[in-house]
Amino acid sequence: MTTPLRSLFDFNGGVKPDYHKDASTRLSIGVLSAPTEVPTELVIPLHQSIGGTPRPIVAVGEQVKKGQRIGDADGDVSSAVHASTSGTVSAIEMRRMPHPSGLSSLCVVLETDGRDEWIACQAFDHKLATPQEIRDYLRDCGVVGLGGAVFPTHLKLNADRQGGIETLIINGAECEPYITCDDMLMRERANDIVRGVVLMREILGAKQVRIGIEDNKPEAIAAMQVAVGDCGDDLQVVVVPTRYPAGGAKQLIRVITGIEVPHGKRSIDYDVQCFNVATALAIYEAIGLGRPLISRIVTVAGNVDAPRNFDVLIGTPIKKIIAACSPLPDTNRLIMGGPMMGVEMPGDEVPVVKATNCILLGSNKIFPPPAPEMPCIRCGECALACPADLQPLELYWFSRAKIFGKAQEYHLFDCIECGCCSYVCPSNIPLVDYYRFAKSEIWAREKEKSLADEARDRFEFRQFRDVRDEQEKSARLAARAAAAAAAKQLATTDTVAIPNTEASTEANEKAALIAAAIARAREQQVTATPQNMQQLSAEQLAEISAIEARRAEIREQAKPHLPPDA
Amino acid sequence: MAHNSPYLTKASSVQSVMLRVVLALIPGIVAYVWFFGPAVLIQLGLASFTAIAAEALVLKLRKRPIWRFVSDGSALVTAWLIALSFPPLGPWWLIVVGTLVAIIVAKHLYGGLGQNPFNPAMVAFALMIVAYPLLMSRWPNVATSINFQQACELIFGASTMDAITSATPLDTLRTALHGADASTTIQTVLAKTPRLGHGWDWIAGGYLLGGLYLLQQRIITWHLPTAFLLSMALLAGVSNQLDPAHFNGVAFELLSGGTLLAAFFIVTDPVSSCTTPRGKLIFAAGVGLMTWVIRHFGGYPDGIAFAVLLMNVAAPLIDMYTQPPVFGQKSDMKPKHD
Amino acid sequence: MFEAILVMSVGAIVLGAALGYAAVKFRVEGDPLVEKIDAILPQTQCGQCSFPGCKPYAQAIARGEAEINQCPPGGEDGIRKLADLLGREFKPLSAEHGIEKPKAVAVIDEQTCIGCTLCIQACPVDAIVGAAKQMHTIIAEQCTGCELCLPPCPVDCITMETLHETVETWKWKYPVVTLHPAANLQ
Repeated sequence: MTTPLRSLFDFNGGVKPDYHKDASTRLSIGVLSAPTEVPTELVIPLHQSIGGTPRPIVAVGEQVKKGQRIGDADGDVSSAVHASTSGTVSAIEMRRMPHPSGLSSLCVVLETDGRDEWIACQAFDHKLATPQEIRDYLRDCGVVGLGGAVFPTHLKLNADRQGGIETLIINGAECEPYITCDDMLMRERANDIVRGVVLMREILGAKQVRIGIEDNKPEAIAAMQVAVGDCGDDLQVVVVPTRYPAGGAKQLIRVITGIEVPHGKRSIDYDVQCFNVATALAIYEAIGLGRPLISRIVTVAGNVDAPRNFDVLIGTPIKKIIAACSPLPDTNRLIMGGPMMGVEMPGDEVPVVKATNCILLGSNKIFPPPAPEMPCIRCGECALACPADLQPLELYWFSRAKIFGKAQEYHLFDCIECGCCSYVCPSNIPLVDYYRFAKSEIWAREKEKSLADEARDRFEFRQFRDVRDEQEKSARLAARAAAAAAAKQLATTDTVAIPNTEASTEANEKAALIAAAIARAREQQVTATPQNMQQLSAEQLAEISAIEARRAEIREQAKPHLPPDA
Repeated sequence: MAHNSPYLTKASSVQSVMLRVVLALIPGIVAYVWFFGPAVLIQLGLASFTAIAAEALVLKLRKRPIWRFVSDGSALVTAWLIALSFPPLGPWWLIVVGTLVAIIVAKHLYGGLGQNPFNPAMVAFALMIVAYPLLMSRWPNVATSINFQQACELIFGASTMDAITSATPLDTLRTALHGADASTTIQTVLAKTPRLGHGWDWIAGGYLLGGLYLLQQRIITWHLPTAFLLSMALLAGVSNQLDPAHFNGVAFELLSGGTLLAAFFIVTDPVSSCTTPRGKLIFAAGVGLMTWVIRHFGGYPDGIAFAVLLMNVAAPLIDMYTQPPVFGQKSDMKPKHD
Repeated sequence: MFEAILVMSVGAIVLGAALGYAAVKFRVEGDPLVEKIDAILPQTQCGQCSFPGCKPYAQAIARGEAEINQCPPGGEDGIRKLADLLGREFKPLSAEHGIEKPKAVAVIDEQTCIGCTLCIQACPVDAIVGAAKQMHTIIAEQCTGCELCLPPCPVDCITMETLHETVETWKWKYPVVTLHPAANLQ
């Protein structure tokens, strides 16, 4: 119940930067409630988790309620998305994403109606459900890992495992500087978190449960201990030493159980499963209250006058929460995530998504531009700091020289991009940037290669098929010719139209057929109204006519190429 | 350049690393001056000036940012290591040529900071001892104290130094042991020169102090100096046990010559040595072995320079074969399920 | 003198024998050259190289009958790789075979398509589905962008659409090395 005297394990490397966590924990978790703060438009990206992009299941103009599903999971490795409040779907279009590329992705744009009207929420009885039903339910509730990786949670809550798992770890370590969303969540909503943990434990059949919290969060530890004491289940709050990145899933598993989960293996292979505290809460809300994941806690910190945590609806433009914290005028960058692993945002209109744990405002004062890069002197600081026990200096060399095979041999993909190596590098080398570059280049090449291989296979099969068809055809023709010759001998007078084997005749016939088809198609286009257009709303008809206009344009352009008399 | 995460950096730079190395050399230099007079200070000045001038010149020729690289302090470290490993009363051009070789040939022709496969200071030492063996083995006699003026005269060629120089303890021993008289033993030599080695052990102590500071500052790790000193001690201990008449004892071996300077400042050069923990152990033990072999069986009194250069060649290969297991790949980690 | 020659000769014979043995014993069966060349080619199967597909072009290169700069989809990058593999001199892309274009996929305007199946027959990788008098469509993931379906279409309803970068295909850029510009502060 309370922290027992049990030995913890250690992971190599790690760093101890300044944490800057106090500023944003002075105020309680806020909500954008003032009329000026409430967003009038929510931009809800469909792709918010690892895996397939959900398909939109609402139409433009449709009224939706808070919690209504608007995007259906695409396959099992995917997660549904929901309307975060009630309102009208005003567009389904490409909008800029909270992604360093600044590229757009398909979003459902919701015009809020201010009523914040929930769908009918009904708790889910997981005890009566089959494991598959639990998975489907959580997938449709859009529950994903809220620690930042947004891995669909239902894939990790595997209930049909024989005998359950050994250890369920709840990650409340929150090791990255500035971020305090999990800290505040544990302080304020410890009971709900614990309820979610108990649910997860029941689903997973975990023998023991450890809630890991870094020792720089005494209030959260105390709150969680009280909640754990009240719940009546034998959960344990484990206080882990503060060191970045102790909150990385693999590192926390290592610290608490001593198990190292290598790259390419899942923790479940080692009988351990790890979830973030916010995910636990989301599970409680989904199963216990029947509410899908439509909001999350976001820390706003850095170059703001009043850093604070907010409970934010998914899809809220980040400028709304930034404005609530009085940003300082010298702000020069917006970062989603923390200062170690965060990514720069292309603008302040991008929405809060399920992965947004923190919006960090930067200035040249807080995050000074890096000193000029010096050559690597192989001092080995990076290797000492690497929590994945890699040799970052070798990876740097290979990535920089674009020797990707070697980089992979030196375990490039074991790198968790925690940034410790860049942090300690006396030569100010942006090491992680080199690894990011090398990784995305390797991925792209592998994808290209697999596409090329597929194209080759398909081409070769086609050639094989052509040859086979040719052989079969000539065999058939020979047989037919023989039959025809036999028939001729029998009845010389009434000659049946024997298929002419000469290619030119065949081609002529075909051309005539095509010409007739073109004529028919033209006629149809002019006269027919498809049956499925009879019961549509005015907007839909308008949209269709717009599309028709575009098509007409294309047809105009295509006309000179059409055969004149067809 | 787009600046991506991490946005936080630790306050450290190549410059601060290099300056702390320079700082760590000071106790040794103080002891050096105490026992052998201020001559070494002149050599330090000569080497520093030459190194920085050469560095700036080459950077200009290579069209690199001059100030950024001159101020990184790496040339200064090389210069000081050269000054401390060259004989203090050698003529001025000896150290100037040595430093030029180190900076221009050993460092910049290979690509400059971070790119040199060989330790520049040791390249300079090895080249000069091959080219000028006599000048490179004349060391001041402990008994004579030399003041600043005398030192200037000697270094800048106004007088000769035969009267006040002698060989180092290592040199004395090897000359005696390899002399015509086969009956000479270490003991007979030591009986003749009772103060042999005096002063050198204090300088070694100074280097040790500096080395401990570097360890405390986490600029070097324990692997390199420990493996180097242990391998030397082990070899000296065993050989001395087997043949005390011809092989030095552990203390003598560790305190004489540049053993401790090498242990903490030369073997630990990050650029040209190994970087993996096991690699460092192998590298340094290899330097220790080679040094001992050259000291006792080779043609030169002290073999550290050659030993370091030989192991420099092997360093990339050692690194390649000693990559530590990455997270989760230690042998005791087996999944319970697959 | 004679001894020295003898010693050297014996040494040479022994070493030669050892090398010969090693060459036989540890022989590495490498990929045949054609396979290696084919692996570099983009498998667009577009025929712009004037050979009917990537494999025939690879064979022609291996026989020394074709230049390495006849593949526009492979682009400069591909030519460099071929040059590396074959130890030939790099050459810019030969203009008569086409120009390097960004990767594109064919799209059928389904409204105009008359279902003639001509494009289906032209597609080298079977990436078009459809049947006679039925609307055709292109499986975008399998389209190599070879443009071979464009000429046979009697109603010109196929267009090439350039593939744009998406959030999923976006790549981190190579960090700019700020060492070279000489910022001389002196």
